[in-house]
Amino acid sequence: MLVAELKPTEEILGYLRPGERVFILSCNGCVASVGAGGEKAIADLRAVFSQNGHAVTGSLLAPFACNKALVGLRLLREEPALSQAHVLFVAACGVGVQAVAQVVDKAVYPATNTVTYGAFQGLWPGEERCQRCGQCLLAYTGGICPLTTCAKGLLHGPCGGSHEGECEVEKGRPCGWQKIYDRLSKIGRLDLLHQCRTPHDRKAHLEVPGTRRRSTLWDLERLED
Amino acid sequence: MNLRERLSRGEFVITCEAGPPKGTDVGPALEEADRLGRYVHAFNVTDLQSSVLRMSSCALCTLLKARGHEPILQVTCRDRNRLALQADLLGAWALGIENVLALTGDHPVLGDHPGAWPVFDLDSVQLVAAIRELNRGRDLAGNELQGHPDFLVGAVVNATAKPLEPHLAKMRLKAQLGVGFFQTQTVYDPQAYLEFVRKVEGLGVPILVGVIPLKSAKMARFMNENIAGVHVPEPIIQELEAAKTKEDREKRSVDICARIVRAVKPYAHGIHLMPMGWDFLVPQILDQAGI
Repeated sequence: MLVAELKPTEEILGYLRPGERVFILSCNGCVASVGAGGEKAIADLRAVFSQNGHAVTGSLLAPFACNKALVGLRLLREEPALSQAHVLFVAACGVGVQAVAQVVDKAVYPATNTVTYGAFQGLWPGEERCQRCGQCLLAYTGGICPLTTCAKGLLHGPCGGSHEGECEVEKGRPCGWQKIYDRLSKIGRLDLLHQCRTPHDRKAHLEVPGTRRRSTLWDLERLED
Repeated sequence: MNLRERLSRGEFVITCEAGPPKGTDVGPALEEADRLGRYVHAFNVTDLQSSVLRMSSCALCTLLKARGHEPILQVTCRDRNRLALQADLLGAWALGIENVLALTGDHPVLGDHPGAWPVFDLDSVQLVAAIRELNRGRDLAGNELQGHPDFLVGAVVNATAKPLEPHLAKMRLKAQLGVGFFQTQTVYDPQAYLEFVRKVEGLGVPILVGVIPLKSAKMARFMNENIAGVHVPEPIIQELEAAKTKEDREKRSVDICARIVRAVKPYAHGIHLMPMGWDFLVPQILDQAGI
């Protein structure tokens, strides 16, 4: 059971600069079952953007956003609409958002917070990882998660151990913040590194309450108790 | 005159690293500090450097203070969450420690307890922000403190890191938060340091340049291969390699350090010495560097 939820409207709008046009990509996989993806997310997000002065140039319902190859192919077909957009919003789990960021040379923002995976880790796991922290930061870090990509989970740039793009922890491991820096440079958003972030809320690491992890199997287990 | 006053008057500041013992025997560390005390303005006490277990920085700082030395408490984000960091900082102030150097800290896998939990609840920027809040009389949750510290907060930067730009972005955030000084990783290439200074002089924060005496060509090569952002240029390595005796090596080591300090001095507000056991060379290095 994977649970995600759409981010608060103010946060979503806060990522955008005035007049920016958006393209919406919604995952029709796991998150669709909890309303944070699928057709519902496209409709919800469309309403938010159009009511707040941001034109939606197009949308795509992707079977599984974590499948980079498939998403890349589907997005090729959407090129006319995609090229009109300044940014892309993705309604998917943290893995899905990061996978999309890998295949698009534009700012990719999460429309969701991933709360838990339960036992589910995504269908086509590549190198992207999500800690389901419930406070997705991918909008500020070029679609690369600093919590999982940086060995120390730092939020404001590399530590002194970063050298020629490598992490101090082991030879050959890329420095997460070098990757983030390069990506922000590529999409022209190095300005995002000029902001201080408040300390991350770690209570999201606690197990989610039962009301939010209900599933048929979960209910059956409870019944047998 | 304390470190804060020296920096605000634009005096050239000399700090020296002090390492707490692996165990409870503080004698050698205190004796070393007593020997060097008249040459340096403050002792910068490491916090489980390289993630190797040692006595706490705060304990040695307190003992140094009691002997009339001015300590700088190094605080890393590696081992304590935001509660413990704030608690220890309040305690340090109550024990008379007025200076803090805020760092990320090495990852535990590099040290002698590689299975230790890597905390990093805050990062170094957030730690600087937390200390600023404590100085203003509030904790990170916004609660009012009964009595509060007034720390001079320093931060670190790797002046010769490659690529440098990501490190500069972080340095600017720390400067925005009002750090009182920056301390650099050891510099062996004055030209690279000057290029760094040109990019950051607008920040208006004093910079102390890191200095580690090279004990041998082997040590230089080891640092080039294993320490992030440290680059000992080949001519310096050859200079050390040509030494025939221990005395000659020491003399060359002093020459190299003094030369670098003289070259960076016009563009720095002080130096931070990390003698790595060669503390007996410190007076000669300073003398030859004309400080």
